[in-house]
Amino acid sequence: MMEAAADLWHLFVRLVRANLRMPVFVVISIVQPVIWVLLFGQLFRAVTALPGFGADSYVQFLAPGIAIMTALFGAAYSGMGMLADIDRGVLDRLLATPVARGALLAARILYSAAQVAVQAGIILLVSAAVGARPHGGAAGIAVVLAVAALLGAAFAAFSNALALLTRRQELVIAAMNFVVLPSTFLSSMMMSANLMPSWIRAAALFNPVNWAVVAARAGFEGNWQLLPRHLGLLAAFTLAAAWLAGLSFERYRRAG
Amino acid sequence: MPASGSGRSPVASAIEVRDLRKTYGGGVVALDGVSFAVAAGEVFALLGPNGAGKSSTVRILATLSAPTAGAAFVDGIDVAARPREVRRRIGYVAQASGVDPTATGRENLILQGQLYRLPAAALRARVAELLDLFDLEAAADRAAMTWSGGMKRRLDVAMGLVHRPAVLFLDEPTTGLDPESRSVMWEEVRGLARQGLTLLLTTHYLEEADQLAQRLVILDGGRVVAAGTPDTLKAGLRGDRVSVELADRGQVTAACELLGALPEVASVLVDGTVLYAQVAHSASALPSLLAALDRAGLAVAQAALSRPSLDDVYLHATGHAWRGDGPGGSRPGTGGDGGPGGQSAGGGQRAGGR
Repeated sequence: MMEAAADLWHLFVRLVRANLRMPVFVVISIVQPVIWVLLFGQLFRAVTALPGFGADSYVQFLAPGIAIMTALFGAAYSGMGMLADIDRGVLDRLLATPVARGALLAARILYSAAQVAVQAGIILLVSAAVGARPHGGAAGIAVVLAVAALLGAAFAAFSNALALLTRRQELVIAAMNFVVLPSTFLSSMMMSANLMPSWIRAAALFNPVNWAVVAARAGFEGNWQLLPRHLGLLAAFTLAAAWLAGLSFERYRRAG
Repeated sequence: MPASGSGRSPVASAIEVRDLRKTYGGGVVALDGVSFAVAAGEVFALLGPNGAGKSSTVRILATLSAPTAGAAFVDGIDVAARPREVRRRIGYVAQASGVDPTATGRENLILQGQLYRLPAAALRARVAELLDLFDLEAAADRAAMTWSGGMKRRLDVAMGLVHRPAVLFLDEPTTGLDPESRSVMWEEVRGLARQGLTLLLTTHYLEEADQLAQRLVILDGGRVVAAGTPDTLKAGLRGDRVSVELADRGQVTAACELLGALPEVASVLVDGTVLYAQVAHSASALPSLLAALDRAGLAVAQAALSRPSLDDVYLHATGHAWRGDGPGGSRPGTGGDGGPGGQSAGGGQRAGGR
């Protein structure tokens, strides 16, 4: 166990270091969520005036939603890194060492979770600067970051599973594009559930991204009674995704 | 037998492979019953063209791939049954470089050592030692993506050695290297051999096997077609070779019969329009062979004579001429192929495909 944890840490550090070495990547991953907050915050500012929206400030409504959107977008392409390792022979080289097998996959999932949690934190800071207030306090902020990390872990796991099963970059990109935007708009990320068409409201009930949005907003607003069920569903979804990724990794190794 | 017992082979060769078979999904047969054994401290080569099964064999020995049938042992330990113990004992340098291009050379080495759970202080010292040994110190703290191909390849070998393995697998260590880098790599391999490391190297360069290996097997189509030391393999051919290329493809059969009937000629092999005649002394046999062909009205485009080489061993074993990786492929430095991960039914396809 100790050895596996150490392996996980070393592999995690490798991924962090690789991304910090790409200043452009770092800047984009910080600036882009800021732009989302400022852009959508301005673009849809008037929607709170709609009868029944249920919130006074759109930025207040939007902040946890954008935190989740960033988690989704930031993690969905995690499998590309796995494919790069495969193509470069790095994965085979690592597999020939005594490294704990699970750590090779877990490091990527953990890295995505950590990355999107940091991005979610930046979004909350920027949102605060334009007027959003975390009514849930420190615990609420922790919930937003944890929910972002959980959703990031889930989509990183799916992305890696796809990468390991198909071994094709194009397929990973296409499949994730297919999932990411629809699941964004089939949720209350930008629009109050009260104002959704009924079929979208029904679809959102089964959308893990919506569970994450509801849970994050519940934490941010200190609306605690909504939290346990959505957090529980999201955690179950993340476990299922991790399990699928594990199976895909096993399958990849057996095909060797 | 290994299957029934503790997983330890009764005869503890450094490497032993018994009737190894590997069929990939889609029915591609990469290995069709390969057996050989490598003594501790030996430099052993798997020689063969792309697709012969070299990489497939090494991947099984490195625990990356399970054999369809047969057994493989490292230090007497069954690779399939106890892969974790095998991994501690081996270093694996794949055909495709395993260098992480985003990390520096030193970081690549340190991560490798960490995954073998080397203590931090010992690892730092070992990494410094390897950077020095492979002449990589100057570039050690630059990202590996800025390194030359030869430097990356030496880093690959250094990574395979960080935990002081008993056995090192080198899969096509010089494929794609320029001639100078290749000769540097040959020196590195000789140096490792002097330190008593057991080395299994694969190559499709006949000269490389001849230069480096104490013993070798020649693989072709997933089978061992010849085995021995380079010298005994060559001596086993008894005599020299005269090759005659005919101007007219239609005359090949007649020429083959004619040459085969001559008293000087032990045997004749045909490959396209080229006839290879095995003779005791090529210099004295050549004129009479040419005279006989001329009398029969069979036009000769060119003729050559040669002392036995591994080309002839290969030709003799398989019945077709060596085509390591296309024209000139058997001569390092002039190979047409270049890049690593050349296509093959076994390892190459996997290296490129996944």
